[in-house]
Amino acid sequence: MTAKTLFEKVWEQHQVVPESADTPAVLYIDLHLVHEVTSPQAFSVLRAQNLKVRRPERVLATMDHSTPTDPDEVFGRVPIKVESAARQVKEFEKNCREFGVELHDMSSDTRGIVHVIGPELGATQPGKTIVCGDSHTATHGAFGALAFGIGTTEVGHVLATQCLLQRRPKTLAIEVTGKLRAGVTAKDLILAIIGEIGVSGGTGYVIEYRGSAIEALSMEERMTVCNMSIEAGARAGLIAPDETTFAYLKGRRFAPQGKAWDEAVARWRELKTDPGAKFDRVVSIDASKLEPMISYGTHPGMVVPISGTVPEVANDPVHAKALNYMGLHGGEPMVGKPIQVVFIGSCTNGRLSDLELAAGVIKGHKVASGVRMLVVPGSQQVKREAERLGLDKIFTEAGAQWRESGCSMCIGMNGDTAGRGEYAVSTSNRNFEGRQGAGARTLLASPATAAAAAIAGKIADPRAYLPH
Amino acid sequence: MQPIRTIESRTVVIPVTNIDTDQIIPARFLTTTTREGLGKQAFADWRYDANGAVKSDFILNKPEVAGCDILVAGRNFGCGSSREHAPWALLDYGFRAVISTEIADIFRNNSLKNGLLPIVVDEQTHQWLTNHPGANVKIDLDTTTLTLPTGATAKFPIEGFARVCLMNGVDELGFLLQQAPAIERYEQARGF
Ligand code: SF4
Repeated sequence: MTAKTLFEKVWEQHQVVPESADTPAVLYIDLHLVHEVTSPQAFSVLRAQNLKVRRPERVLATMDHSTPTDPDEVFGRVPIKVESAARQVKEFEKNCREFGVELHDMSSDTRGIVHVIGPELGATQPGKTIVCGDSHTATHGAFGALAFGIGTTEVGHVLATQCLLQRRPKTLAIEVTGKLRAGVTAKDLILAIIGEIGVSGGTGYVIEYRGSAIEALSMEERMTVCNMSIEAGARAGLIAPDETTFAYLKGRRFAPQGKAWDEAVARWRELKTDPGAKFDRVVSIDASKLEPMISYGTHPGMVVPISGTVPEVANDPVHAKALNYMGLHGGEPMVGKPIQVVFIGSCTNGRLSDLELAAGVIKGHKVASGVRMLVVPGSQQVKREAERLGLDKIFTEAGAQWRESGCSMCIGMNGDTAGRGEYAVSTSNRNFEGRQGAGARTLLASPATAAAAAIAGKIADPRAYLPH
Repeated sequence: MQPIRTIESRTVVIPVTNIDTDQIIPARFLTTTTREGLGKQAFADWRYDANGAVKSDFILNKPEVAGCDILVAGRNFGCGSSREHAPWALLDYGFRAVISTEIADIFRNNSLKNGLLPIVVDEQTHQWLTNHPGANVKIDLDTTTLTLPTGATAKFPIEGFARVCLMNGVDELGFLLQQAPAIERYEQARGF
């Protein structure tokens, strides 16, 4: 038998029709995640062609992108402020009702960011193919699933046929050895990886993250790493499932139970890259050399270690354009730069352990004057668990705002935005121009770095603030 | 979809690398539930200032680019989100093809499904195009060739099935629906 990579195993198990020179593979999709922003036009196509959703039980629908985070708006005590968002939410409810899709709606206690609730409900499982009209679907690869983002036309394809037409991508192994040092998080690791391979370094590839540093990560940390695969251009990033994965999934709502659980775990154990299997490309990273990272520019590859300076690049108009937008100068140190906004949340860093990390830094301190800090749990379940631990109190007593779950300031569709020219230290994943609001300047970092900046009122090394 | 065989037009050049989908269409416009009318918002934050006034120095606001249907952009065009609103916005604005040395995966897929041609060319051809904004070029899907006004040609890669669909104006959903018997067999084999 030929040695196979994890990706190849999952791919081959889902070929309804293998690819040929003339046609791409017909790939079966086990789980389709759907949200309000990228689905309306797909439902319209189904309606126009008189088609049904082929497998409604394989669709998990939630609302997260354009939904409010203000509790009064969420629970209907006041109207949703952004009218177009309110209409979009209404239309989504109607579509789900009409096509028989279970929706985790606004009042649901299982609602949340699509990439947070899939794993949390146990719907995300090793070996599955998972898609969503959202580029951060790679998050679910943390469980050894082949998960990737698709466009709205493809959302329609999957709704109607449970299948997608796909050409087989190439494979890229990212081997991470060594041990992350204290104060260096999974977020810093993935930012460093993107800085290393570049924002298109993964284009055309599926990444497998492997090596001792990856195996040592918790599930939530693995999700943070896989989440940002698209920021390196890769549609999917996977990690082989292991005991950490099984322990996380056991007992969750959609996880197999009893005998079916044991059988599933036995199957899942096979899902690792065989010794000797070949990748199209291999990149090695030494985790023990990394520092906390922060972005300085307008794409996620423009990152430096927190103790670093803004790179000087001569005769590069694109670099100059980015620095001009960011209001930064080559050679200037990152630490000490005053900031106005801190955002803790998103599908990258909006899980319980992220909030715990930020709370640990904030506890007993105050958010600096002139800084607005927003803490937005990734799901209603994360919110409840955080409140049980008293994290909400730690944040609000420090002067931060504690909100209902959603994408919020990661994308700014619901009115949660950073202002023009404001510096926002954000635990999200994109620092594109205008991503967090027109003219807003995003500095991507870990929850620890974001929390440290909130206290200091300027960019600060989180290691000086971590509890001992 | 209308069949596409050739596109001939003058080019607009935006020589910026890594143009992401948040630039092509900012997220605040994604609360729409239709695919029409997004051209007004294409490159909104590059075309208009904070008060909505036209930024006259941005290339798309210059009179000479009227009628240019082909966009030439820097490496890694369309990176970022999976929003299909990006190709919808570019098509509605009037573009029919994008030329770069590298085009992000999801954007490329989305473009192919809507009849916006994602054309990847070699560095040298790209350099020539960047240095000659407004050049009249021809894209031939049948021969997968780009022809410059100098007569020079460059081959471009394009996924074969998508190409056939584009040339015949066929929708991929129809093909997938025809796979129903194979899909049923697959589901049965897995016990669904
Ligand atoms: S949190 Fe941000 S990146 Fe994640 S799904 Fe929402 S908008 Fe997309």
